[in-house]
Amino acid sequence: MAEAGPETVLVRKTVLSHGAGLWRFIPALVAAAATLWFAQFIGPVSHGDIPEYVASWVPQLGISFAFRLDGLALAFALLICGIGAMVFLYASAYFRSDRRLLSLQLSLMAFAVSMVGLTTADDAITLFIFWEGTTVTSFLLIGFDHEKEKSRRAAIQALIITGAGGLALFAGLLVMGSLVGSFRLSEMNLAGDVIRASPLYPVIFTLVILGCFTKSAQWPFHFWLPGAMAAPTPVSAYLHSATMVKAGVFLMARFTPALSGTDLWTWTLVPVGAFTMILASVWAMRQTDLKLMLAFTTVMGLSMMTMLLGIGGPYAVAAAMTFLLVHAFYKAGLFLSVGMIEKGSGSRDYTEISGLARAMPHTATVVMLAALSMAGMIPFFGFIGKELIYESTAHAHFAPQAVTAAAILANALMFACSGMVAIRPFFFRPRACPKDKPADPGWALWLGPTILAALGLLCGLFPSAVEHVLVAPMVQAVAGEGLPGHLALWHGPGLPLYLSLATFALGFVLYLLLDAIHTGLAAAEPKLPRTESWYDGFMRGLGKVARRTSVLVQNGNMTSYLRRTFLALAAVIWIALLAGTASWPGFRLSVEAIDWAIFTIITASIVVVLRTASRLTGITALGGIGSGIAIIFVIYGATDVAMTQLFVEILVVIFMAIAMVRLPRTGGVPFVPLNAVVAGILGVAVSVTLLMVLGTGLDLSLTEFFEENSAPVALGHNIVNVILVDFRGLDTMGETAVIAIAAIAAYAVLMAGRKRARGGE
Amino acid sequence: MNSLILRTASRLLLPLILVLSVFVFWRGHNEPGGGFIGGLLAAIAFALVEKAQGLEAARKALHFRPQSIAAVGLGCTVLGGLWGAFAYGYFLKGVWPLIEKLPDGSKTGLPFGSIMLFDFGVFLVVLGGVCGILFALEDVVANERDDKED
Repeated sequence: MAEAGPETVLVRKTVLSHGAGLWRFIPALVAAAATLWFAQFIGPVSHGDIPEYVASWVPQLGISFAFRLDGLALAFALLICGIGAMVFLYASAYFRSDRRLLSLQLSLMAFAVSMVGLTTADDAITLFIFWEGTTVTSFLLIGFDHEKEKSRRAAIQALIITGAGGLALFAGLLVMGSLVGSFRLSEMNLAGDVIRASPLYPVIFTLVILGCFTKSAQWPFHFWLPGAMAAPTPVSAYLHSATMVKAGVFLMARFTPALSGTDLWTWTLVPVGAFTMILASVWAMRQTDLKLMLAFTTVMGLSMMTMLLGIGGPYAVAAAMTFLLVHAFYKAGLFLSVGMIEKGSGSRDYTEISGLARAMPHTATVVMLAALSMAGMIPFFGFIGKELIYESTAHAHFAPQAVTAAAILANALMFACSGMVAIRPFFFRPRACPKDKPADPGWALWLGPTILAALGLLCGLFPSAVEHVLVAPMVQAVAGEGLPGHLALWHGPGLPLYLSLATFALGFVLYLLLDAIHTGLAAAEPKLPRTESWYDGFMRGLGKVARRTSVLVQNGNMTSYLRRTFLALAAVIWIALLAGTASWPGFRLSVEAIDWAIFTIITASIVVVLRTASRLTGITALGGIGSGIAIIFVIYGATDVAMTQLFVEILVVIFMAIAMVRLPRTGGVPFVPLNAVVAGILGVAVSVTLLMVLGTGLDLSLTEFFEENSAPVALGHNIVNVILVDFRGLDTMGETAVIAIAAIAAYAVLMAGRKRARGGE
Repeated sequence: MNSLILRTASRLLLPLILVLSVFVFWRGHNEPGGGFIGGLLAAIAFALVEKAQGLEAARKALHFRPQSIAAVGLGCTVLGGLWGAFAYGYFLKGVWPLIEKLPDGSKTGLPFGSIMLFDFGVFLVVLGGVCGILFALEDVVANERDDKED
């Protein structure tokens, strides 16, 4: 803004005053109110009293607009609304002087509504609608900076991957629904034995899990999530830590009673989860951009939950649900804090900033609290989560040693990553950061992350409260039985504690080796295979196929379009004629003088159209054909149709006369035998059809209905008009919309052509 | 086209055709006519002005942007439909507030109601749509002609 003239200053002022209104707090207040509204159900739900809401939607197909607030749904609703309130508040400050704040908030709100709907739905179709709602809104949010190529690419990538997964999920839900005979999720979950015994189970499982894996960024679909960091920080904090990416995990938990417990379930979820977990936590070490690093640790968190759900049983489910809460608190807090670091210092790359603790004490404290929970330190909530994870992996009935080892490695890497975000930017010698005077940002920015980080500590200190409010009802909803044992900070010495200590030791070593690991990974990166390149290859291939097809089909030659259309139409009619049972028409000529006159006008006009070398003559002669047809309508009493026909003919001639100026001059149209043959085939087909229709005897019941009811019921004597505007009013409404859209499209095409012509000169 | 006769005639014809188009629209419910035909007729009136007096004159005669007219028309059709929804609970159900049915089956009163609003919407959409395309087409062609002459 070095050369900001008076005009720019004015614009900025209006933008500022526009963004500073109090309305920007409305979304946060709405979300906070929603949180409180959901909170009233905590008591009933924890006592097993589950509220339901069912409204009929498509009863013929057994589809309803059904919601059910069990423990899992309630926990998610509270997370979505609660974290939503903090993120909306944060966003209102983060984009305070940005005129796009309103559109951002609207998209965020739409996303939150979709997410709450998705998690509370009890009908597969309702769920799917909201599922797609989150896909579309997250596309808009990731592509928020749509002027940037990178953002557009990331948004499209996320849309294609999660959208494709959504289609697979839809198919899976349909198969499952038809197998169970109900689209209600609660009934599907009751029919788990039927589903698992069915030969269709592998199909259902694969389709549903594809939806979950794409949404929750499991290998090989994981790459879209780090790419989605192109979104603004509040969006990443909301979608890519606490809510949307957890939708896949949510669905796996939701369908645990229906689908889990088979070898296929375990053998898919555990290896994929474990592999993604290690892959993601290793690549987190490679990043220097703290936000990107957090994105990879998010992938790690999601795979940890996937793996735990794969292990199954009340222990692993309890671990997964606890870790879900742990992760939501610290990850959303850290994402928002990284935004604070960036606002305060001008960078979020830990190689560019250090020693900020003195200048930004508040930010440093918040990051420290959240990172300690992420590292799984005593007495934070993360520690409880980690203990439960080790407790369940050690007792897994599927390769417990390997799973535990994977969990230890991943947790140790998390420990190192916590050091990366909590120590690197804040300690060591201060150095010149991109902003001259780094400072803590304002209250609206720090309030949310502070609450989240504090929750990580409070939940660790008072585990029984969390257990009663959230964890126990969640486990009840997913595993179908109560929480085994209780959440506690101190379980006494035992295997989980020793494993925790081993994790700390390994994590500490890894942190010390951070720079070496980073250099090694950076060197190895170009040589390693990446699933993203599969995606790129697929998209390139798709583009090629599309290009070839359109070159073939859309060749720009009007005559060839018409020829193809006519041929296809003729083929359809002839097949129907030859395969049909209707009798062939007999010719029954009783023609009067006026008919002969019209016939002569039309035939003469046709001859002129075919023979003339002048366009103007040809168009006028076409008008003659139309007028002849209009006269036929008049004679047979269809006055309305005749008027329409006549007026349209007039307008067509006027349009053609204008457009003709643009057409190149040609010396007549050459005779092409092929075109004549095509025209002949279609013409004969249409004529034969019409004659056959006349021969079959028309069903006049509709005509009689309209004749009888037009005047008394619809209060109109002109049946044609009454049909148009009353009996079939919905059709007409659609048609008027088509006219309006066609007019807009024609306008756009013409104006674009004009601009191109101007620009080309 | 530069014809003095046509230009003079068009000045007189525009109001005449417009009145005719409204008449055709008004009688449409009971005799041949209606919103669609009326709209076409009105569009022809403006096409005539455009051919005789030029694009600017036609735009001025139409007064509103054709796209806006089409949009308002679309709004009228929706409102006409909603009227029925609010009055009887059925979208697009006809409402005739000014018509009274007499005991002998005949009716009396003004034929004004949701159906006429709906039909008027069709009238406006057709008028706006046709004029929109016509003006844009003429605009492009005229500009191309100018560019060639430059």
